[in-house]
Amino acid sequence: MTDEHVYVDGDSARWAFGTGFTDPLHGVDQAVPDGVDAEDLAACCLALGDDALVSAQRLAEWCTRAPELEEELALANIGLDLLGQARLLYARAGRADGTGRGEDAYAYFRDPEDFRNVRLAELPGGDFAFTVVRLLVLSVWRLAVCETLAAAPDPVLAAIAAKSVKELAYHRRYAAEWTVRLGDGTAESASRVRAALDALAPWLDELLTDRAAARLGVDPVAVAARTRLELSHVLADAGLNRPDDVSRLDAPVPSLPGSGRDGEHTPHLAPLLAELQSVARAHPDASW
Amino acid sequence: MVTASAERALRIAAEVPDPELPMLTLADLGVLHGVDVTPDGTVVARLTPTYAGCPAVAEMRAEVTARLRAAGFTDVRVVTVLDPPWTTDRITDEGHRKLTEHGIAPPGPRGAPGPEPGRTWLTLSTTPTEVPCPRCASVDTEELSRFAATACTALRRCRACLEPFPHVKDLL
Repeated sequence: MTDEHVYVDGDSARWAFGTGFTDPLHGVDQAVPDGVDAEDLAACCLALGDDALVSAQRLAEWCTRAPELEEELALANIGLDLLGQARLLYARAGRADGTGRGEDAYAYFRDPEDFRNVRLAELPGGDFAFTVVRLLVLSVWRLAVCETLAAAPDPVLAAIAAKSVKELAYHRRYAAEWTVRLGDGTAESASRVRAALDALAPWLDELLTDRAAARLGVDPVAVAARTRLELSHVLADAGLNRPDDVSRLDAPVPSLPGSGRDGEHTPHLAPLLAELQSVARAHPDASW
Repeated sequence: MVTASAERALRIAAEVPDPELPMLTLADLGVLHGVDVTPDGTVVARLTPTYAGCPAVAEMRAEVTARLRAAGFTDVRVVTVLDPPWTTDRITDEGHRKLTEHGIAPPGPRGAPGPEPGRTWLTLSTTPTEVPCPRCASVDTEELSRFAATACTALRRCRACLEPFPHVKDLL
């Protein structure tokens, strides 16, 4: 392929900011069907899209810093899958909320208070154990949500969710295997996993009571029960089944005030977005 | 009715190589769902993404468009098909053969049962998947990483000939 094809013709541009390839749902029938509340649909897509984008950015921070090349590739690949999910969800949100905004508008030109991700996703990196345990929690939860959403009344969201399920099953397995390896490893690695669970505990309640997809048929109570059950199985396999380990899940530390779903974030989101958005905002109409 | 021009358009689109696994065509990989020509002469090619975040999708779309235009079709649209989602079962027998020939282990046999719909439970038991080495055919191979150079491949090593090789991991 010549450069002319790639860079000059808008329709045939590579995907990157400014290259004109902006609609991952190109050609898909995007009308919101009767009986689906467009506002609920948009809110659900935005929440799940923001969870994915912010998680992808945190995972990308491991590039050049992971303990081994294989883990760096794994974390980057998982981040890329989540970025792909975010793109599809933003495209759906832009249609459902009536603004017609494209993915760039959502990713690059919103401020922290406009983001709807859970705060668990935005907490700063921590060590490898923290990354693995957070990934486990988020992928177990997201997989449970997406499996139900695969039967959502909106066919586009249902298709995005069905595609996500296949990817999330891989993410969950990666995170679960590492949790077991670290938890059942040395005293040091087990203590790191316990420290990660302690650090994440105050933020679990927000996730486990989340109603972002409730109006599209996802029962938050069922999702929370399944998430706890799967996490407790992994922790047991990791040798982390002392009473105080399990209680971290059974009775999450009372939730901290505020909710990421209402745009109330920790101070950690703003610097993350500043880095993510800096180039796009410095050159808002750039193209190459 | 399938017209001569629709057949020609399909042939051109089907022969476009995958950007990351160039020994495969889009037809081999199973990402090309079909090509239609509308009564006004517009060519509509339907592509399904492998992984949602796979950057190669944009490249495929660009290449299909460019080749169809070069072949004289002026109005070309490439549309996305999300449902049914792509699985490795969509890779054809010819695709499996070409992958092996190029030192890449293909996914498991087609038609293997996928997870039951609605319940993808986590299993931690390591069921050893038998993936023969594409170089020496030994089945004594091990997985080094489930995530490798591209979204769709895992990295394995052959314990017999000691060579590492990529494996198009099963996505069912």
